[in-house]
Amino acid sequence: MDLNYSAEELAFRDEVRSWLQANLPRDLKEKAASYGHLSKGELLRWHKILAKKGWVAPAWPKEWGGTGWNLVQRYIFEEELGYAGSPPLIPFGLAMCAPVLLRFGTEAQKQRFLPRIYQGEDFWCQGYSEPGSGSDLASLKTKAVREKDFYVVNGQKIWTTLAHYADWIFCLVRTDPGVERPQEGISFLLIDLKTPGITVRPLILMDGAHEVNEVFFDDVKVPAENRVHEEGKGWTVAKYLLGYERMNTGRIGESKRQLAMLKEMSISRMHDLRYRDRLSRLEVELMALEITNLRFLDRMRRTGQPPGADVSMLKIKGTEIQQGITELMMQAADPAASDDFSVALRKRYLSMRKTTIYAGSNEIQRNIIAKMTLGL
Amino acid sequence: MNFDYNEEQQLLADSVRRFLAKDYDFDSRRKIVASADGWSPKVWATLAEMGLTGLPFPAEHGGFGGGAVDLMGVMEAFGEALVVEPYLPTLMAGRIVARSPLAGAILPGVVQGKTRLAFAHTEKDARYDLAFVKTLARKSGNAWTLEGEKALVAGAPMADQLVVSAKTDSGIGLFLVDRPAVAAFQTLDEVRAADVVFHATRAEKLEGGLELIEEVTDFATALVSAEAVGAMKFACDATLEYLKTRRQFGVPIGTFQALQHRMVDMYIAQEQARSMACLACSKADQSPDVHERMRCVSAAKIKIADNARHISQEAVQLHGGMGMSEELKISHTFRRLTVLASQFGDADHHLARLASL
Repeated sequence: MDLNYSAEELAFRDEVRSWLQANLPRDLKEKAASYGHLSKGELLRWHKILAKKGWVAPAWPKEWGGTGWNLVQRYIFEEELGYAGSPPLIPFGLAMCAPVLLRFGTEAQKQRFLPRIYQGEDFWCQGYSEPGSGSDLASLKTKAVREKDFYVVNGQKIWTTLAHYADWIFCLVRTDPGVERPQEGISFLLIDLKTPGITVRPLILMDGAHEVNEVFFDDVKVPAENRVHEEGKGWTVAKYLLGYERMNTGRIGESKRQLAMLKEMSISRMHDLRYRDRLSRLEVELMALEITNLRFLDRMRRTGQPPGADVSMLKIKGTEIQQGITELMMQAADPAASDDFSVALRKRYLSMRKTTIYAGSNEIQRNIIAKMTLGL
Repeated sequence: MNFDYNEEQQLLADSVRRFLAKDYDFDSRRKIVASADGWSPKVWATLAEMGLTGLPFPAEHGGFGGGAVDLMGVMEAFGEALVVEPYLPTLMAGRIVARSPLAGAILPGVVQGKTRLAFAHTEKDARYDLAFVKTLARKSGNAWTLEGEKALVAGAPMADQLVVSAKTDSGIGLFLVDRPAVAAFQTLDEVRAADVVFHATRAEKLEGGLELIEEVTDFATALVSAEAVGAMKFACDATLEYLKTRRQFGVPIGTFQALQHRMVDMYIAQEQARSMACLACSKADQSPDVHERMRCVSAAKIKIADNARHISQEAVQLHGGMGMSEELKISHTFRRLTVLASQFGDADHHLARLASL
């Protein structure tokens, strides 16, 4: 047992770290650090810098632009991105649509979409949730009816992150309403957002920001060639994505950076032992999460098996820690201050409440562990 | 980076686990606890045969020079089986003796399983402050004598010799004494212990002082973290089994989401605790930086203490009335986890230590 990175792993980390230091644009770093909202152009600027370096999609197969890094290197890279305070890489194309295409897509679909995702030419979003289908995703009702070479799509998606920036949306739609189990009869469609009949309408969240949207489909014609995997097998695709490579869901690099900021903000508060202990417990939580994450990674490296349902605990703990840090920052900040940072911090506190709700609420994550790991 | 046990560590942990499953099941343990002396010489002899009494000591005295990571699997198995034998007291005292010339006279007997030791350090009102020592060491000529009292010394009744901390003119010193007569009692977790009174007790001076006490205590803290993980594992496994078999309202109670989520939180707490035990054990062994070692051990103990409390309380609650029953192992696991949570410092103590580092 040795919890330290090997000399090679450390050398790799240093290489990534110094490259980030030299190539992460200062304005983007500062905007992200002050909790500013990044425009589409800013997000894509960073995407393209990484694409040019060949580092935008490390997990992809080499022939499509992957780096060939091993699991630990990929983990280190993602944590370093977070630790450096880089803008987020939007996952919908790189880490969601692409793995699905690589696993289930036709050769033509791969050729058509993967290079454009890699280069940041297409901006993707995810059409899963519906007004009546949140945690119970399989109850979704957006309908796709086959007519010759097309599907005609009608229905509504909601909470669609960055749909207002996106060129494409991948959607779960119901192609067969007459099935016994709701998981059957669902298909996975790729839809060009410029297609007539699509309306994107903003939903403003409590921090005042426009991140998510409603997307309406009104007789939208989608070529049948844009279906991924067989008709009616969309749930298989969705489940594959859930199990795919969620080793960074704990966002440990990012939380480490936030914790360092919190500690700086806390210097004048450390005489208050109740405050000090809250801060220490958060730090200990983050240490425990990091080691747990590394343990999963090590197990995956040894067994070659994906970690399965246990990954849900990284999401639960990771988001609790992110919220905990933000909450303590609010406490550390001067309540009488109204400078830009203080205002942004308060908004961030509001915004961070989403983390335990999105991407499978933490209650759903507990259901997953209860069922899959514990057999309840 | 790797979290594997090596082959030797794995083999040892497996054979200890097999032995305990066969000869230290809950019924056998109950008989040992109820016996006059409260420990089992027969079990001790087997532990010695398996090499456990030599594992933590240097090769020059017949041991295997093992560190905390080598002991992790063993301690976890001990935690799962709620072992009451005086292993940790012997280990702590022995590792102090190992730094002195006297080691050659004492440790071979310990390694062979003939001698047991205990570490008499804590005094009343010391709480978890390792520097709180009022027992006095007096020197006349070349001979030392001790005056004072040590409290709740685990393993003292069955120890042949004690390592004792006492104040000297040049700070806290360490001494070896033949165990005086003591009145044994049972701790909350059913281990035999005693208060020990020293009155003109002849003692031999050992090397080392407070720093060595801190080092050995950190080492032991890492080990009880692993022991706690074993006890947590039993608590979680037993509770999960109970949720699947206990029926109310016509269904297994594990079908209720309110209980499922609590079970999941116990499971996560156990995994988080295991991670921190790995950290504590590997840093207790490998960190050349004392500061780093103390930081990691304290961080681990905070998590272990919090999660031991969480898991033990939930395990009893989810077992319902049966969780309170003396008959079931779960209530004894509750006792052990309660003790382990505060052994060598509770969460508050280690929060303060972490902040001071």
